[in-house]
Amino acid sequence: MEAVKLAEPAVEERKDFIRTKGKQKQQLKCDADSVAGCVSQRACVYCGARVVLNPVTDAIHLVHGPIGCSSYTWDIRGSLSSGSDLYRYSFSTDLGERDVIFGGEKKLALAIDELVQKYPAKLVFVYSTCIVGVIGDDLEAVCKAAARKHKIEVIPVQSSGFIGNKSAGYRAACDALLRLIRSPDGELPSKTRSINYLGDFNLAGEVWIIKNYLKEMGIDINVAFTGDSSYKALKNATRASLNIIQCAGSMYYLAQKLEELYGIPYMNISFLGLEDTASSLRRIAEAFNDPEAGRRAEELITRESALVRDQIHWYRQRLEGKKAAIYVGGGFKAISLIKQFREIGIDVVMIGTQTGRPEEYDAITDLVDEGTVILDDANPSELEKFMVEKGAHLLVGGVKERPLAYKLGMAFIDHNHNRKHPLSGYAGAVNFAAEVYSTLCSPVWNYI
Amino acid sequence: MNNEHYRNVNENPCHMCMPMGGILPFKGIEKSMVIIHGSQGCSTYMRRHIAEHFNEPIDVASSSLNEKGTIYGGEKNLKQGLDNLIKLYNPGLIGVLTTCLAETIGEDIDRIATSYLAERGLENYPLITVPTPGYGGSHSEGYWLAVRRIIAALARKTASHSKINIIVPNISPADIREIKRILRLMQVDYTLCPDFSDTLDRPYARPYKKIPDGGTRIDDIKNIAGAPATIQMGLTADDAFSPGKYLENEFGVPLYNIPIPMGIEGTDKFIGVLKELTGNPFPAELEMERGRLLDCMIDSHKYNFQGRSVIFGEPELVYAIARTCMENGIFPVLAATGSKAAKLHGLLLPLLASSPEQAEILLEADFTGIRERCRELKPNIAIGHSDGKFLTEREGIPLVRMGFPIHDQVGGQRLLSVGYAGTTMFLDRVTNTLLEQKHKNYRASMYEKYYARPAI
Repeated sequence: MEAVKLAEPAVEERKDFIRTKGKQKQQLKCDADSVAGCVSQRACVYCGARVVLNPVTDAIHLVHGPIGCSSYTWDIRGSLSSGSDLYRYSFSTDLGERDVIFGGEKKLALAIDELVQKYPAKLVFVYSTCIVGVIGDDLEAVCKAAARKHKIEVIPVQSSGFIGNKSAGYRAACDALLRLIRSPDGELPSKTRSINYLGDFNLAGEVWIIKNYLKEMGIDINVAFTGDSSYKALKNATRASLNIIQCAGSMYYLAQKLEELYGIPYMNISFLGLEDTASSLRRIAEAFNDPEAGRRAEELITRESALVRDQIHWYRQRLEGKKAAIYVGGGFKAISLIKQFREIGIDVVMIGTQTGRPEEYDAITDLVDEGTVILDDANPSELEKFMVEKGAHLLVGGVKERPLAYKLGMAFIDHNHNRKHPLSGYAGAVNFAAEVYSTLCSPVWNYI
Repeated sequence: MNNEHYRNVNENPCHMCMPMGGILPFKGIEKSMVIIHGSQGCSTYMRRHIAEHFNEPIDVASSSLNEKGTIYGGEKNLKQGLDNLIKLYNPGLIGVLTTCLAETIGEDIDRIATSYLAERGLENYPLITVPTPGYGGSHSEGYWLAVRRIIAALARKTASHSKINIIVPNISPADIREIKRILRLMQVDYTLCPDFSDTLDRPYARPYKKIPDGGTRIDDIKNIAGAPATIQMGLTADDAFSPGKYLENEFGVPLYNIPIPMGIEGTDKFIGVLKELTGNPFPAELEMERGRLLDCMIDSHKYNFQGRSVIFGEPELVYAIARTCMENGIFPVLAATGSKAAKLHGLLLPLLASSPEQAEILLEADFTGIRERCRELKPNIAIGHSDGKFLTEREGIPLVRMGFPIHDQVGGQRLLSVGYAGTTMFLDRVTNTLLEQKHKNYRASMYEKYYARPAI
């Protein structure tokens, strides 16, 4: 067997964040602050919160802070809506120097007044940014007063950028959702035979794909968190008798809380890849203890698998033996990708995430081959070094990683929130294979 | 005509923040890197935005300020960040930009920078600080201030030489290359700053370099004060941020502040200044290009005359586009910028006064405001960056992309719009968009107007 070389970073403080499977037994360091100056690919708390909440379609998303935070997050994601499209607007209190000196509370209150008048909405999310915490604006008080005045929900999102990393933002978003769900009079709507689908943001209609599958099985989605969700649907979240979690990184905390507070059990599922989609559908039927749902699931699985089998096989023949590098936001996505690549004959030689949790890194380590480099909160230097060292043919990542791959003459898969094609379910599995094929087998590589 | 107004809420921003603008000039200095003193997200969001426009890897470090740094000061973070940045990139120059957070907690970056260099024994290292709080202005001000601080940090009294300073605003790498080509044709010795024509639009080449080749040479900037003159395409830059003003005030370098060389008049002006400064003749090649532009203008004039334009974006570009539109009868009905841009207002007023259309000017605009005005003013073509996409989606006004950022189409870095040749290409993009609209709609609209529902 070929000797496994140890992955070494250029910066000492980064050493514990990088492991080579098979060589190092100690736990990978993760969920820690980024090391200054290393050009981390991570964003901030606000980013995490905005990613999770922005798909709530009929809410006013108001960013309390200077313009940048709002500007850089305006309609940059591919979440689709079947109703309102208010979520595609980005509102900001656009704080200036004067506001920073004298405080921004008054301006925020007036901003909410104006917006509520102009855009009738039952829900306002007010995102806190870095300086809001520092200048001492009392977001809670302003939101509370505005809610009383307008008789709607105005929920502060504690997402000051410096209070943690992106995961802290997920948590802030979940806390905001929990406040929304909480009933003021303590009364809860009665349970129905339906599920909440957590951690799908309806990119390119992914929630709709899964909704159709479940409908065929006789199970309704009560509300998805948060793809194509609305104020009303979220308010009734406690009606569901089961929570299924796709993106665990952002939603695990919410699922735990919903179980603790409202007794709704949860389970992890994944609709990425053929294998995971089939097993998730079966497990959901089992959770409902419903043989009829199970029978319908089998029917669906047999029918849909047959439809895509030949296509996937065709791609697999052309892709077999290629090597992939993965660098994505969360652990769930990373784990799913390893399996998806396996379905089309591709091995993963480098894998990392921005916000993976220890248990997710354990799962990753179990799944990958010896010698695979696993890294948390990587930077361009490390991505370049390990992708080249491991001979990766393609990288999966987001917008920032794409030009790096291309400059290295490497194929690239967009697995970010602004993609325009679904990767979920059976249709998604074919889309994924087709995208890998389109980037690995393009004639342009003949010229470099 | 409207003027600025205080507003409680910005709905769909038409501008970005100051440090974003500050990054770009540093990308145009040889072997340089930038670190942003603030929380991790600032640098990542800006990198993402810039990378998507240029389709280039954009490496910008962050001091990754956390809660502790925010409470007790971020000096340690910034110094550690500088250490790591140097270890990973070995840059020849580093820019330190601040953020809302760093400025609000009162970080003294000049002191931190000085003490860092002393501690590491790097006294002569070019570590250039730029105070860019996000609330201090738009990305346009950040851009100008960064250029000014780079020059102020490096320029020193030096012997006179023949290289003319050319200071460019935030235009595309292709535009910068075109300006350099014109300078070559005019046989002008020059120092162009900032020059991101290669660094932010680099050819595919192996091996990959973390810091791309190209950019204004640091030595050239050191000697910038010995230039015979500065030509700055920055009429809208506030004097306090203006690099050309700095060189004029500090070193007595005569300043020729001119618009971006777009259109006949704009390019003539640039060439005219070059002729005046060098005494060199107008080369035949440029004469031909000027003739071709005139030919293009005549060929398209009737189509262009149908155009009623809304123009938005960075002040300097809005002014140049408005001038070019005025030359061609694509009369602006609305010119808007997200920046304060007091100077732009003063420049646009006399320009638009000669227009047969009533034109409005919106400063500190947001896109909801722009759209509201458009519903009344009924422009049929929009010219500006990608964030104007709702004008097409919601108001049905086609958008000719121009400026920064362009993130819903490719090629923002390759858009050529300056000089005679570039203006020709710009006009073709505009005219063809108008023609496409015409072809798309005229059969149905004529049918509707004269056959289905005739008025008489």
